[in-house]
Amino acid sequence: MSILIDGNSRVIVQGFTGREGSFHAAQMIEYGTRVVGGVTPGKGGQMHLERPVFHTVAEAVRETGADVSVIFVPAAFAADAIIEAALSDIRLIVCISEGVPALDMVKVKSFLGTTRSRLIGPNCPGVISPGKCKVGIMPARIHRPGRVGIVSRSGTLTYVAVDQISGEGLGQSTCIGIGGDPIIGTSFVDALELFGADEQTAAVVMIGEIGGSMEEQAAEFIGKGFAKPVLSFIAGQTAPPGRRMGHAGAIISGGRGTAAEKMAVLREHGVHVVENPAEIGRAARRILGQAPGRIAKSKEGGR
Amino acid sequence: MKIHEYQAKELFARHGVAVPRGGMAETAEKALAVAETLGYPCVVKAQVHAGGRGKAGGVKLARDRAEAERHISAILGMNLVSQQTGPEGRRVRKLLVEQGLDIARELYLAILLDREREMPVIIASCQGGMEIEAVAREHPDAVFKVHVHPATGLFPGHARSLAFRLGLGKAQQQSFAALLARLYDLFLQFDASLVEINPLIVTRGDEVLALDAKVNFDDNALCRHPDIAALRDLDEEEPLEVEASKFDLNYIRLDGTIGCMVNGAGLAMATMDIIQFYGGEPANFLDIGGATSAERVQEAFKILLADPNVRAVLVNIFGGIVRTDRVAGGIVAAARGLDIRIPIVIRLVGTNEEEGLRILRESGLNFITETELSDAVRRVVELARGA
Repeated sequence: MSILIDGNSRVIVQGFTGREGSFHAAQMIEYGTRVVGGVTPGKGGQMHLERPVFHTVAEAVRETGADVSVIFVPAAFAADAIIEAALSDIRLIVCISEGVPALDMVKVKSFLGTTRSRLIGPNCPGVISPGKCKVGIMPARIHRPGRVGIVSRSGTLTYVAVDQISGEGLGQSTCIGIGGDPIIGTSFVDALELFGADEQTAAVVMIGEIGGSMEEQAAEFIGKGFAKPVLSFIAGQTAPPGRRMGHAGAIISGGRGTAAEKMAVLREHGVHVVENPAEIGRAARRILGQAPGRIAKSKEGGR
Repeated sequence: MKIHEYQAKELFARHGVAVPRGGMAETAEKALAVAETLGYPCVVKAQVHAGGRGKAGGVKLARDRAEAERHISAILGMNLVSQQTGPEGRRVRKLLVEQGLDIARELYLAILLDREREMPVIIASCQGGMEIEAVAREHPDAVFKVHVHPATGLFPGHARSLAFRLGLGKAQQQSFAALLARLYDLFLQFDASLVEINPLIVTRGDEVLALDAKVNFDDNALCRHPDIAALRDLDEEEPLEVEASKFDLNYIRLDGTIGCMVNGAGLAMATMDIIQFYGGEPANFLDIGGATSAERVQEAFKILLADPNVRAVLVNIFGGIVRTDRVAGGIVAAARGLDIRIPIVIRLVGTNEEEGLRILRESGLNFITETELSDAVRRVVELARGA
């Protein structure tokens, strides 16, 4: 089944005609994603990558029936773009932009709570359901369809994990990069809830890092009876306190949010924790062995 | 981004947050002139981007001119070593000289972003002048918190509830409420990530003032606050980190012996972790990012090699969107331009990896290439030990 996106998702690109937007839209189209158009205010009416360009998201939704939007606008305009997408009833908003001010995200999150839209990111690589749909910037060729769900705060580290998992002959149901910022649209717990209800997903790999308490919340959620095996790696075991390690959210503050603390809590709640990131693939193979044997076949075919 | 106490107090004063009278000085003459204008007693405070200055001898009370002279010459230019500076300490280049006040109570007040609740939180405590983490640990009921929802903003009730819990008298409550309102405006207006007053003092005259001031800003928002960005003091930052930031490289210096160059922040952290896992010590965090040109790779190399502790280098590139042949080209160009005498272990995986490896092989330079991450790390750890 996969989660969030599949072959039926109709995707628009905000910041469609920009350099990043163009490049990645072309890559998504090549992967088979149904990119139905894009939005660049002032360029409505033009065609780009053989798709229509609209001035506004509302117009794009009306004309194309889009339900997913991926955002490539500069960080200073990202909050505006997310809010516009939510106002236009976009079901899933994926914000790739890096460097969004934290207080912008405070307002965005508060507003999103009043809508039916889900946000992934910002500062993330996006979402891919291998073989069906890619909405983001991840390298497509390392992914293969399968039963491992992946959720991560990081980009490149996720690609490394996916590569290892594919290298073990396993595949992925859906991979979600939730983003490296302190305030993001979708948390580990949100992603676990979705994976928990997904028939294709037999095990989950969760890649966390220092800073915040999302991993601890996930641990507690898993401890309350999450039915699928979960494997985790936490980056930043060697990170010094008080320093931001590349990601805006990756900082140990006031002695809280360390990797050691997160790993301990995850273990306490039955999560398999690997200390060596080169072992994620092999460990995923092991925990998949403990997963309920087969993928239940959905008789209804839909959800 | 961090700023100095004197800069934070100037910002406070401009926004109507009460602070003691005082002035910043970079020379002993100027500092003494400030003291003479203020009169005695006055306080001489070292201006460095690190806490724990009082215990480190960087804050002194002067009751007369002779004492002021003595403290100024002792503190200006001293190497201040506190828990937050690390053992190497920080040279004091600037002083803040302030009027001494008749303090009745020392409180604590801060505004920061609560990541869990996803909104700003105001934290206050009766136990000012102490490290708030320690107070929270030892006397959790002495720390009060109120959240501010972005849709409603600050209400009088926020200040009221805190003022009562802090045990402020009626006259003090009003000054406290006014100060909090201005502080919250300042927090929002400048995209601060932390505004902290420790201690916030109540004088015997019922005035409420910021005796100390710390403001950190959200780096992601600096582009819309050029006046704040201009307050950055490069003297307070690690020189190699300043150099790296000129090239948009994300570099943090650590104290190990293995230099690492990685694409992606998460993978860079994980690479440091795996170095430690195999018994080595990373010398730095370095994320060269996505759009990697040969020039940036070259600059990254220069910065890594400028650290005298580095005995071996590990390059770990996962080419997703990044083309590994370009990175390889950058490494070769960098190595040709620099006199490299330490071993370099390279792991290149992903887009155009055969081409990338061929470029490295045919360069005639003495690179060690590995395909497995664990093998690459074990190798570099061995080499760093042997060198």
